[in-house]
Amino acid sequence: MTRFTFLVAGLLACGAAWAAPQDLLQSLAVQARQENTRFQSFSASRGEQLYHAKQLHSSGKTLSCASCHTDSPKALGRHAKTGKEILPLAPAANHERFADSAKAEKWFKRNCQDVLERACTAQEKGDFLSYLLSIK
Amino acid sequence: MKQSLIILTLLLSGAAWADGNTSLAPATSNLKWKNECSACHMAYPPALLPERSWRKMMAGLESHFGQDASLDALTAKEITAFLVNNSAERAGNKRAKKVLGALGPDEAPLRISETAWFVREHEEVSPQVWKRPKIGSPANCNACHQGAEQGNYSEHQIRIPR
Ligand code: HEC
Ligand code: HEC
Ligand code: HEC
Repeated sequence: MTRFTFLVAGLLACGAAWAAPQDLLQSLAVQARQENTRFQSFSASRGEQLYHAKQLHSSGKTLSCASCHTDSPKALGRHAKTGKEILPLAPAANHERFADSAKAEKWFKRNCQDVLERACTAQEKGDFLSYLLSIK
Repeated sequence: MKQSLIILTLLLSGAAWADGNTSLAPATSNLKWKNECSACHMAYPPALLPERSWRKMMAGLESHFGQDASLDALTAKEITAFLVNNSAERAGNKRAKKVLGALGPDEAPLRISETAWFVREHEEVSPQVWKRPKIGSPANCNACHQGAEQGNYSEHQIRIPR
């Protein structure tokens, strides 16, 4: 009995860690449906646009997600203000990405605020994550 | 030869002693501080600002030097307590005393790099040097202090990039 419990717990733990980006995507889809009853699906190409779109910030600077994460989500990034190295954002290049949905939500909140000067919608976050997951 | 070796050893051990004595690493670390406060830059030594500065900074993380660095309330509370417990007042060493001594009683700077202590300690660094691409700004301690991330700011570990 206990051995069986361990086995199940172990499988669940591995599964959870391994499937985390997909789990986040699913919970974003639930949120997107709540935000918009006509929500259909996420789009990697819209996510790609968001990743590169240059925004004119009220400070007068232009900023995009690529400003810190570089033009390729598989590449090593560099913080635009401090110069600190940032590990790649694409899960294909960095297995630790989106393994912790609280961490992912924290950075969506901060970085959308910094770049777009507003929160991202669940649709935008799902598009963005779909783009990153489409990179092999 | 033997004599100069002995002298050299003495000199080296002296340097090692000075290094140990000048570490700016907090006595005990904190995992949340290490993770959260080193995401965008290195984690700065808590002993280089007074308690009132850290409290002010932690109360305004939504707009932190032009960036959103906000945290959930529980994490913010834990990190604030850690910073306060290791602030210049609590560190109590010679350097922390110098930092405090150079501040007015109500002054609560948010930048270590703008304190009178920092400016004096770095007066031999010229304005053009701060702007070199590999340095960028005085906030980039680890560009010059090779051991900054371990709290080691000894003069033996300084290499100014060209
Ligand atoms: C000013 C620099 C900067 C900009 C601009 C920026 N980011 Fe980031 N981003 C970071 C840093 C720093 C981290 C956290 C460091 C790390 O995890 O390696 C991060 C992490 C993230 C994460 C966390 C991923 C995970 O590990 O779960 C997401 C999601 C993210 N960024 C999305 C975005 C989006 C979307 C944009 C554009 C709207 C953007 N970022 C723009 C600096 C930036
Ligand atoms: C989202 C990114 C981000 C996070 C997270 C962050 N900071 Fe900062 N911090 C910055 C930026 C940008 C600067 C300005 C750097 C510059 O001028 O080069 C800065 C500057 C500072 C400075 C002043 C450096 C100087 O000039 O002496 C201190 C002190 C500081 N941060 C402490 C913290 C603490 C404590 C935390 C954790 C609670 C934290 N930071 C988390 C982005 C961040
Ligand atoms: C341009 C390179 C450079 C940068 C960037 C820099 N420093 Fe320094 N630092 C120096 C030099 C040079 C000295 C003087 C050493 C001497 O006089 O022997 C010094 C001295 C110091 C000392 C005194 C060392 C001692 O032996 O007592 C401390 C502490 C210190 N720096 C901390 C910092 C911190 C904290 C930062 C970031 C907020 C920083 N420095 C950024 C170059 C730099």
